[in-house]
Amino acid sequence: MQLHDVWFILIAVLWIGYFFLEGFDFGIGVLTKLLARDTAERRVLINTIGPVWDGNEVWLLTAGGATFAAFPDWYATLFSGFYIPLLLILVCLIIRGVAFEYRAKRTEERWQRNWEHAIFWTSLIPAFLWGVAFANIVHGVAIDSHKNYVGSLRDLLTPYALLGGLVTLTLFTFHGAVFAALKTVGDIRTRARTAALQIGLVTAVLALVFLTWTQAHQGTAWSLAAMITAVLALLGALIANQLTREGWAFILSGLTIVAAVAMLFLALFPNVMPSTLNDAWSLTVSNAASSPYTLKLMTIVAAVFTPIVLLYQGWTYWVFRKRIGVQHIPTPTH
Amino acid sequence: MDLAVAHETIARWQFGITTVYHFLFVPLTISLAAIVAGLETAWVRTGKEKYFHATKFWGKLFLINIAMGVVTGIVQEFQFGMNWSDYSRFVGDVFGAPLAMEALIAFFFESTFIGLWIFGWDRLPKKIHCACIWMVAIGTVLSAYFILAANSWMQHPVGYAIDPATGKAQLTDIARVLFQDTTLVVVFHTLTAAFLTGAAFMVGISSYHLWKAKRTSTADPKKTAAMRTSLRIALVIAVIAGLGTALSGDSLAKVMFKQQPMKMAAAEALWDTQTPAPFSIFAVGNVNDGHNSVELEVPGILSFLANSNFSSPVPGINDTAAAEAAKYGGQPTDYIPNIFVTYWGFRLMIGFGMTSFLAGLVGLWTTRRKLFLAPEHRTTSSEVPKLMLTKHHELGPFLTKWSWRIGILTMGFPLIANSFGWIFTEMGRQPWAVFGLMTTANAVSPNVGVTTQVIALSTFTLLYAVLAVIEVKLLVKYAKAGPVTSEQPPAQDPTLRGSSSDDADKPLAFAY
Ligand code: HDD
Ligand code: HEM
Ligand code: HEM
Repeated sequence: MQLHDVWFILIAVLWIGYFFLEGFDFGIGVLTKLLARDTAERRVLINTIGPVWDGNEVWLLTAGGATFAAFPDWYATLFSGFYIPLLLILVCLIIRGVAFEYRAKRTEERWQRNWEHAIFWTSLIPAFLWGVAFANIVHGVAIDSHKNYVGSLRDLLTPYALLGGLVTLTLFTFHGAVFAALKTVGDIRTRARTAALQIGLVTAVLALVFLTWTQAHQGTAWSLAAMITAVLALLGALIANQLTREGWAFILSGLTIVAAVAMLFLALFPNVMPSTLNDAWSLTVSNAASSPYTLKLMTIVAAVFTPIVLLYQGWTYWVFRKRIGVQHIPTPTH
Repeated sequence: MDLAVAHETIARWQFGITTVYHFLFVPLTISLAAIVAGLETAWVRTGKEKYFHATKFWGKLFLINIAMGVVTGIVQEFQFGMNWSDYSRFVGDVFGAPLAMEALIAFFFESTFIGLWIFGWDRLPKKIHCACIWMVAIGTVLSAYFILAANSWMQHPVGYAIDPATGKAQLTDIARVLFQDTTLVVVFHTLTAAFLTGAAFMVGISSYHLWKAKRTSTADPKKTAAMRTSLRIALVIAVIAGLGTALSGDSLAKVMFKQQPMKMAAAEALWDTQTPAPFSIFAVGNVNDGHNSVELEVPGILSFLANSNFSSPVPGINDTAAAEAAKYGGQPTDYIPNIFVTYWGFRLMIGFGMTSFLAGLVGLWTTRRKLFLAPEHRTTSSEVPKLMLTKHHELGPFLTKWSWRIGILTMGFPLIANSFGWIFTEMGRQPWAVFGLMTTANAVSPNVGVTTQVIALSTFTLLYAVLAVIEVKLLVKYAKAGPVTSEQPPAQDPTLRGSSSDDADKPLAFAY
């Protein structure tokens, strides 16, 4: 295996980490409208991710930075090509971060309502758009001989891509509902489980169609194995959820995301962004990669620091392991 | 305007606006993180209430500020790919490395430990809680370091080779990129400037509270104690950081003179080579004429800034432009940056920043506690200090009023200095995106249409403007409220295991 193959795997791992973690963040954001009945319950949900959402988001920044370092052409083509969707995602992430931090900083009803609307929409939109973006990456887009995307915005909104968006949206919301059941106590916990069942069933149908479509279009034996894992994990998560084994349900809904994203990357390899205009113009792990020196350097950096990051992020989840309910929400003081 | 020019211009405006905006929050974050960490350490070690209240108060302002720093940083991470794709392809091999290291090493550190710090007051033993904010502080400095290494490489490319097959830059020596003299002085200068920024911010807000306490009879002594300590700490930091900024700025000028002579000449609007070269205080010139029509100068100082002596020659804009044209082709005028902006940017940076340093120096003297102060003028630590000119002479009411007011009014000065410093640095590098290797015109994304760019530029500008209003209002609200002196640390130091006597339904110490 060559270094650029290792980096393909590492980039995949970063995206998987991102979707696993920010997946339930986005899900919680969407559930603030679907699940919570009043302000106190909304705050319970928001506070389940309060200490961790920022750390989760850095997985995205690292995926972006690592792509820049390891596959500069991939970084350049992807972000200049998918400009408007990315712009939308950035705007959402900006508003979302500020919304978490500022919502409770004033007690006025209107102020808090507005930020709550913001949290809902800015979680829903990126959850959908990431699916659209990844479906396009895997399927391939109009890339010319200079590695530039030459299609239009409309070309990115194919039925396949839109389906991909629905899959990530529902899958993340399901993952978030399972997470909510794991992290809360009281009435909201019970309702989170019910919601998880309903959303999970919809997710299962959409994901099965999307993954089968992907497999039929450009699958390999490996991607088939990942697809089967994803589907089984999703069913397992639903069963665990019904049996109120919330820890298992969360592990399995997480595994669903891991396997589904892994499947997309397996279907993609050895391309990183196929061209639909001419196979020779596709970006691949070899023609988009950095020099061996940079790849080696970054491999060492990643090998040293990734385990450390996992260790202290894991510790954070342990520190905040206690479930919370409406009784834990302090009354606003300022 | 023709399309290619519009294309480049919009991309530059977008980068300038988003980056300068990001950098409004960055220096405050860097300095306040460390200062809050210091205050919390003082509380943990002495147990004094005033340190606890100060930690909480500055911590709150710090959090309001860092929220904006973080979200505006996200744009920075991706806009190289969006607007500068040809640049990204050309330099990714070199430039991407420090950027990825920044994310993996620094951002994870900051963002994870800030979560622990915000929500951990009742979950973590106070020593560990304090360690968390130190981790955040270390993270901010690391992130500054890596990104400045990346930026310094654009100012002065080293440790790379051009791949003959692809024509792209390839990294050959990461140590040179991370430790070249440009990087080291820039880091030193930016960090000292950051601390000056945080210090002036603290001076301003504590002055506001002390001046208010002075005029009311019912001031809360605990609040005054916390603000008085904050003021003294901030004044000390302002003086040390201000000195450091000037010293590092001088080193930076010498490095710049060697590496980018055009920038130095532009900073001075020095059209013709001069021996010795003067430092210009005021000038009005015209690019098309190639000389200034009005100038006011101090002889020899520019020679000193550039070369450490008062007599050596400094090449002027005209000669330098001709030399660059001979080397890289094209017309001399292609190599002349915007002289008006660079000249005034340089002056405003020094002027605004050094004013805060001077204010700090004066403040440190007038608020001194024991030294050279007659016993009858000494104040206890929960009183507003008297402003003392000499051992026995208090400032008159008028000067006292204005001293406190100046403390308040100058609180944003270093922020302005920072912005102008960067505008000067980046615009003085033009027409180069990577000095000597790639022009800005060649760096933009060729496939991004002008319409798309206009949408993006207006979206960011509008969004940032709205957020600025929200953030400033919040800052003002919390800064004016001052420390909440009814707030008490947890009665019992929390343990990591969570004690069994804990009431399971006890509300969280902090919740969104
Ligand atoms: C509070 C802010 C502040 C203050 C008081 C100063 N500076 Fe500064 N300066 C900056 C904030 C700054 C900055 C914004 O942080 C810059 C932009 C890029 C950089 O590295 O630092 C900068 C850049 C910068 C550069 C350009 C470097 C380059 O382009 O390569 C020079 C030559 C100086 N400074 C010199 C000085 C001198 C001689 C100062 C005073 C005596 C001074 N600065 C005060
Ligand atoms: C340290 C990281 C930084 C990097 C890597 C960086 C890189 C760049 C790049 C790629 C451009 C666009 C090309 C160009 O116009 O030259 C640019 C321009 C610019 N940057 Fe920086 N920059 C950094 C920091 C900053 C900061 C902190 C500020 C201000 C607070 C700043 C202010 C500007 C401005 C005003 C421009 C526009 C100049 C012009 O186009 O005329 N930069 N920079
Ligand atoms: C154009 C280049 C830049 C890029 C790509 C960039 C990127 C980012 C990103 C993605 C974040 C958010 C991290 C998080 O989620 O925690 C961030 C925050 C930060 N950046 Fe920048 N940044 C740039 C310029 C700078 C410069 C020039 C400095 C310092 C000298 C700096 C220092 C920081 C610091 C200290 C933070 C922490 C929080 C805060 O900003 O208040 N950045 N940056």
